[in-house]
Parts: sequence; structure tokens; C-alpha cells
Amino acid sequence: MAKITYIEHDGTEHAIDVKPGLSVMEGAVKSNIPGIDADCGGACACATCHVYVDEAWRDKTGSMSAMEESMLDFAEQVEPNSRLSCQIKVTDALDGLIVRMPESQH
Amino acid sequence: MVGAGHGAGMAAANLRQYGFAGPITLIGEEPIPPYQRPPLSKAWLKGEADEDALTLKPESFYAEHGIDLRLGVRAEAIDRGAGRLRLSKGDDLAYDILILATGARPRRLDIEGANLEGVRVLRSAADAEALKAELGPGRRLAVIGGGYIGLEVAASARALGADAVVIEREARVLARVANQTLSDFFKSYHEARGVTFELGAEITGFEGANGRVAGVRLGDGRLIACDVVLVGVGAIPNDELAREAGLDCTTGVIVDEAARTSDASIFAIGDVTLRPMPLYNRLFRPESVPSALEQAKQAACAIAGRPGPPSEVPWNWSDQYDLKMQLAGLPFDVDEVLVRGDPANAHFAVFHLNQGMIQAVEAVNAPAEFMGGRQLIGSRRVIARERLADPSISMKEVAA
Ligand SMILES: Cc1cc2nc3c(=O)[nH]c(=O)nc-3n(C[C@H](O)[C@H](O)[C@H](O)COP(=O)(O)OP(=O)(O)OC[C@H]3O[C@@H](n4cnc5c(N)ncnc54)[C@H](O)[C@@H]3O)c2cc1C
Ligand code: FES
Repeated sequence: MAKITYIEHDGTEHAIDVKPGLSVMEGAVKSNIPGIDADCGGACACATCHVYVDEAWRDKTGSMSAMEESMLDFAEQVEPNSRLSCQIKVTDALDGLIVRMPESQH
Repeated sequence: MVGAGHGAGMAAANLRQYGFAGPITLIGEEPIPPYQRPPLSKAWLKGEADEDALTLKPESFYAEHGIDLRLGVRAEAIDRGAGRLRLSKGDDLAYDILILATGARPRRLDIEGANLEGVRVLRSAADAEALKAELGPGRRLAVIGGGYIGLEVAASARALGADAVVIEREARVLARVANQTLSDFFKSYHEARGVTFELGAEITGFEGANGRVAGVRLGDGRLIACDVVLVGVGAIPNDELAREAGLDCTTGVIVDEAARTSDASIFAIGDVTLRPMPLYNRLFRPESVPSALEQAKQAACAIAGRPGPPSEVPWNWSDQYDLKMQLAGLPFDVDEVLVRGDPANAHFAVFHLNQGMIQAVEAVNAPAEFMGGRQLIGSRRVIARERLADPSISMKEVAA
């Protein structure tokens, strides 16, 4: 299990144990954490699973595919540490990961 | 809620997120908790996603959130006067608010041999299990109907090593949902990967041996030999409960922008509904996950006393081989069609315009066109067509 802390836009924190193999998005959705909509269920088709990866974890979460980059390009409030959480696979190496949610997913 | 599918599962989750504290009961005919259907023709069928990936929420979620999940139970009738639901098992259930989320069922063909073993449809996880068990190296699949689900299943069958033939009544695939450029593109992409097509083909019956399907008989007399058939010719809304209870229905239950039916205490969401499409001034039955999720939010907001979500641009997606297809908007009232990019390199988008405003976009491996197009559809702006048609100008600039 990897502990992942999801922080809502209003500061509410949710620390959850997520099974390696799932995505960071699935970890949130299966625990009904508000702030990640994930309308396409992880197909990298909707950009409603946008998160900001904590600076300390940016390298460990890997790089973006061209698809993910283009999708994010059109999301709102994009920052250099923006990612689509369905495209980050949880591994033991991500134990302790912190992600923050944008104000809205639209 | 009646129906424990994608829409109902999300409506229940939204209600709890929005602070609704009353008891919630989900009545579902299927034996498993709410799950996602899109992977059943795509990643799951190809063996790239497991059961866990299908499930919406873990089973414990429902108990933890005070949601009574009653699986394997069918709602039989609504008594609106008494506010009660008759169930196939157990006592009647009293309700103050009812959400109908009964989805749709596959249309079946009423022709000779339709009941032979091996003639299948695809809606549920159980259907998908049965279909997958029939596919493998050397098996011959005949897909009846060249819609998105049919094409996805053909692509997945090829990935599993099976042969696939798509038999379609119209002269092109995706005839009801996409324009000619896309139809031609998808057909040749599939052909290059070993799928064959019978277009403009009438089917007169299925032929079998020992009770099992062995071929599809076409109107011109030919027999297409196969081991398994997938009938993918559209879906019929499960609106009988609503109809019998006297709610306004045509093809589907008619709802408003808060997902309310003609009875103020009954909502309906998802594939069973005929819903207003704000940007297009008409009622439509989108049959898509994003639409069901939108309505789940609408109903949950109305019930929890929150303002509803802003009106959305409808959208959808399809995965076939390494192609990611994304669609936004609806191609209504189109007076001009414009292609951006080149289908020959599998990276292009088809824009549907009305008086210079984008009504819909169909994007193949073109996420920027999809995202930019979706924003432009929502903003109802007249765009410069020369710029839109010129791939050397980025979508970001076109949409700016
Ligand atoms: C193979 C496949 C691929 C798809 N791919 C995509 C895709 O890529 N993108 C996309 O957006 N959409 C896709 N869809 C469509 C999408 O799955 C549906 O739009 C979505 O499931 C609609 O949700 P719903 O809640 O309305 O219905 P469902 O999820 O169908 O749920 C309805 C449930 O109600 C139950 N039920 C019905 N009547 C009763 C009753 N009287 N009592 C109790 N229970 C009842 C049914 O058994 C069912 O479990 C796909 C569908 C299929 C089948
Ligand atoms: S869930 Fe849709 S892009 Fe991540």
C-alpha cells in the first residue's frame, strides 16, 4: 500500500492507502474524495482528474505522454506541476505522495 | 434509486458528497455493485484491465455511507399515489424521492436463428464475460452493426487473435453517428488490421449446427461462416416502469434540466432519459457516461438543495487499436463540415459548423482539437474557418 494525501482546494486533507497498480485518480474516486471527477474513468479523454503534484514528488511521478500534455494544455489553472491523476500509476515508490486539487475540474 | 448502474452509483456518491443525510436505497437487477461499462468493449475485453478497474466504488463504500445496496432485485412497479415501489423480492419500498436509472438494453434482431447459442449482445459484465470466453486465436467473430461498440469489439477481437467481420446494413460504418470522412478512415484502419466488412448488407438469418451458430445468411444468399456473433444494433431505453406509472415518455423518460420527470418527486438519469440539450434547443438521448454523470449531478444538486451544475457541452470517446477518438457537441443544424489535419496519418479532426459556429467536433488522436473545439462549442463564437482548417496554427491560438 502507498499512502497518498489528497488535499482539496479548501485545504481539507484526505490521507488514503492506495493499492499499487491503481492510478492516483482511482485511489481518490474509490474513496469518494471530492474534487476529482474522472468522467472518462481513466482513458485520458476528459481532463477532469487534474491535480498539482507536490514539488518534492514531481520527478518520482514520471513524465507526461503527448496526449496528457495536450489535454492539460486546455485545462484551467494549469501550473508546471499539473498532471492528470489517471496517468500516474501508484507504486511503492509513491508512498507518501501529496497531490492538491484545483478549484474546479472544468 | 431504481437501477444500480453507472448513473445511480454516481448519484448516490454525489448525494453523500453534497451532504444529503437521508437513507438511500439502490435497487439493482444485476448481481454486482455499480460498474463502468465502457471498458467492456475496450481495455477489459482485450485483457488490459481487471475487475477492479471496472468497479465504481468498493463494496464497503455503500455500507460506510449508509447506502443500502440491494442487488439481484428488480423493481416491478411504481405506485406514485402511495409513494411505494414494488420489488421482485421482499416488501414494498416506501420513497419520498425516486431516481430512475434503469439504463437501456440491447436491441435484438427478430430473425431466424436469433436464439442460437453463440449469438450474443453486449451490455453487462456477464455479457462481456461470455463474449470474451468465445474469442481467441482462430475464432471467427461476426459483428452485426458498424457502430462504435461493434467496431471496438472488432478491434479487441483482433487483439485477442480472433478473425472479425463487420456486417452493416448502411453503405458505411458509423453511418448514424459520424460523417463520411470518419467512416472511411475507420473502415480502412480496421481493414489494415485484418477486419473485413460487408456493407449495405441485409441479414436474413443465423444458421446453426447442433443449436450453435455457424454462419450469418445475407440477403444476397451468401453465408458468412462464423463461430460467434455480436449483435450491436443499438439500445432501447428501459422506460417501462415510468410508462406504466404514467410519467411523460416518448423514446425514454422525458426530464428537465434538473433531471426531474413530469412527477416532481421522481427524477430520471442516464440512458433511460430523453433530456434537454441546452446548446441545441432540443431533447436528445445521448447514451453516454458523461451525460449520465451530468444528470447524476443535476439530480443530486436538486435533492440536496444546491444550485445545479453549469450546462455542459456533451462529449464522448472511443478507443480502437492505438486510436483515441474524442467527440464533443452534437452535429445538429450543420451547414459546413471542415477537416483539420490529414486522416492519412491518423491525426485529424472533423468540425461541424453552423453559421461559422462549431456545433460538434470528432477528433482522432487529436486531443488539442477536441479540447479547443469543446471550449469553442460552449462559447458559441463565430470562428475564422481558414484558421481552423490550417493545422500550422495551433488550436490554442484558434481558440484564443
Ligand atoms: C460495451 C459498452 C461500451 C460503452 N462505451 C462507452 C464509451 O466509450 N463512452 C461512453 O460515454 N459511454 C459508453 N457506453 C455507454 C455507457 O455505459 C452508458 O451510457 C452508461 O452506462 C449509462 O448509465 P445508466 O446508469 O443510465 O445505465 P446502466 O449503467 O446501464 O445501469 C442501469 C442498471 O439498471 C438496471 N435495471 C434496469 N431496470 C431495472 C429494474 N426494473 N429494477 C432494477 N434494476 C434495473 C440494469 O440492470 C442496469 O444494471 C458503453 C456501453 C456499453 C454497453
Ligand atoms: S479520468 Fe479522464 S483524463 Fe483522467
